[in-house]
Amino acid sequence: MNNTVLETKALNKYFNDPIRFQVLKNIALTINHGEFVSIVGKSGCGKSTLLYLLSTMDTDYEGEIYIHNELVTNKSDAALAKIRSENIGFVFQFHYLLNEYNVLKNVMLPGLKLAKYSTKEIEHRAMEHLKTLDMQDQALKMPNQLSGGQKQRVAIARALINDPLIIMGDEPTGNLDKKNSDMVFDIFNQLTIEKNQTLLIVTHDNDFAHRTHRIVTMEDGSIIES
Amino acid sequence: MNFKLILNIAFHLLQARLKQTVVAAIGVTFGIAMFISLVSFMNGLNDLLDGLMLNRTPHVRLYNEIKPSENQPINLSEAYKKNANFINSIKPKDRGKSIYNSKTIIKVLKADSRVVDVAPKINTPVFFNSGTIEISGIISGVDVMAEEKLFAFSDYIIDGKITDLTQNNSIIIGKGLADKMLLERGDIIKITTAKGNLASLKIVGISQIGIAEIDDVSSYTSLETAQKLLGEPTNYITDIQIKLYDMTTAPSVAKEMAATFELDAIDYQTANSQFETGSSVRSIISYAVGIVLLIVAGFGIYNILNMMIYEKMDSIAILKATGFSGSDVKWIFISLSLVIGVVGGLFGLVFGYIFTSIIDVIPFETAALPTIKTYPINYNPVFYIIGILFALFTTVIAGLFPALKASRVDPVEIIRGK
Repeated sequence: MNNTVLETKALNKYFNDPIRFQVLKNIALTINHGEFVSIVGKSGCGKSTLLYLLSTMDTDYEGEIYIHNELVTNKSDAALAKIRSENIGFVFQFHYLLNEYNVLKNVMLPGLKLAKYSTKEIEHRAMEHLKTLDMQDQALKMPNQLSGGQKQRVAIARALINDPLIIMGDEPTGNLDKKNSDMVFDIFNQLTIEKNQTLLIVTHDNDFAHRTHRIVTMEDGSIIES
Repeated sequence: MNFKLILNIAFHLLQARLKQTVVAAIGVTFGIAMFISLVSFMNGLNDLLDGLMLNRTPHVRLYNEIKPSENQPINLSEAYKKNANFINSIKPKDRGKSIYNSKTIIKVLKADSRVVDVAPKINTPVFFNSGTIEISGIISGVDVMAEEKLFAFSDYIIDGKITDLTQNNSIIIGKGLADKMLLERGDIIKITTAKGNLASLKIVGISQIGIAEIDDVSSYTSLETAQKLLGEPTNYITDIQIKLYDMTTAPSVAKEMAATFELDAIDYQTANSQFETGSSVRSIISYAVGIVLLIVAGFGIYNILNMMIYEKMDSIAILKATGFSGSDVKWIFISLSLVIGVVGGLFGLVFGYIFTSIIDVIPFETAALPTIKTYPINYNPVFYIIGILFALFTTVIAGLFPALKASRVDPVEIIRGK
């Protein structure tokens, strides 16, 4: 059993609108279990695009992606949804919490979808995650009653609910002030240390990136330093 | 697929847009309620008009038609058998209107499992004498009990009792006749039969069917009185009226009976084809209006779901990112639509019932229809089943396109767009 969580082989991606343009050039990247990786690069270098390919949400590419040594390229929509549900947790720049549900229910939702545990068990686990993130008091509030930093913490709890193989973040601190950014970093760092959680974070915050364990630098669609 | 979770999400989305949801559901409610009211009312009306004819008309009537003999003497001649024979000035044969061996025929018919009951009848033209004026009319000699059983005859007696007909020399006359001759119950009416016999009968009732042509000429008496009037024996009858369990088989049964008993037979459908046409046209109109109303409601649902999708793009994106597949998202929106359809449809059924109940008590009195006091309504449960099926069908179709659209939302586009 090797330790690879994520692997790409000869990944190429083109944008066709307005003209054909190669965004990603021959990307080969391997992420091992327990790594805290950040992807940095200038705006438009393709780092977010790469993340969305790895997330299996964008399927329009050439090359191969393996998650946990399983080829995910060319799988059906339903199969990819299942892979995401089981293996990947997301934290975006925007929190994307559902305003119709309270905090606890928002965290539980991906767990209910996967239905690996009973509803009671999922609720218990969601509470545990909220407790770790010091959000247990807000569990029954609605998302619009929370501050930006709190919402992002709920989003992280939601990403953790299914014990994902890897957590992917697209500028998770992009909308936050320094204090909250540090807090989010600390949470991530703690996860790697305590739970050996694999993390892949796209950021343009160099300060944030330099504190991670491994920095992947991209320029013009290629990885120039890994 | 986890339908409980999908339904739960659908309900929460609906709660967030409660006002629009209610408006959409009201659209369905209105459509179904109108559909139920319209169809119930139209069918009530159809039943009334059909009943008007049907109650007075047997499914099959056996009688002797006045017509020439089909087998002319020349056909018996061996010499001209192979020739085409032309015969001029044929006159109808006098076979008498009496049905030969009627008692046996009635006995056989009553034993037939397809037949509800049989009512013998004597129809004969007469003159009613009023002073010096003679008014032509028809006397129907009826078997009172059978007539009442098969044709609900007492519904059309506006004065008097049908059982009084069993008295000797009693008669019930049409309203038109009574008005013309200024007669009322208890009076004596003088009659001249076609053969010149004179008779005086006591009026025990006035009937009104609602069709002026009939009420102006018809009168009813018992079989015995009619036979006495005509000077005929007790086995004399001119018509045998038959009611069948299955009305639709009347044409074939009529043909079969005509052949068996060597009589002429006419079935209900042939005698009343124009009524059938009217009924089906009214039904088509009411269904068409109902469907149009539901299509309009469907457009309302389509609009609201479409709007909801644009509003909930973010939610759809994150659901997809966290493991919901396109088909899950599709089912969320179809269930949204179904919830609107079921709730709106059920309320529509309730309101439809209320509306029809209101119509049912609105007074509707017309001289032509003595037994009808309020607007007629048909409370057939089939209409309610059709109504709810319509509601579900239109809402699913209306929800399907927005749902497919939602299932195709690309989460990357939404999330990267922020």
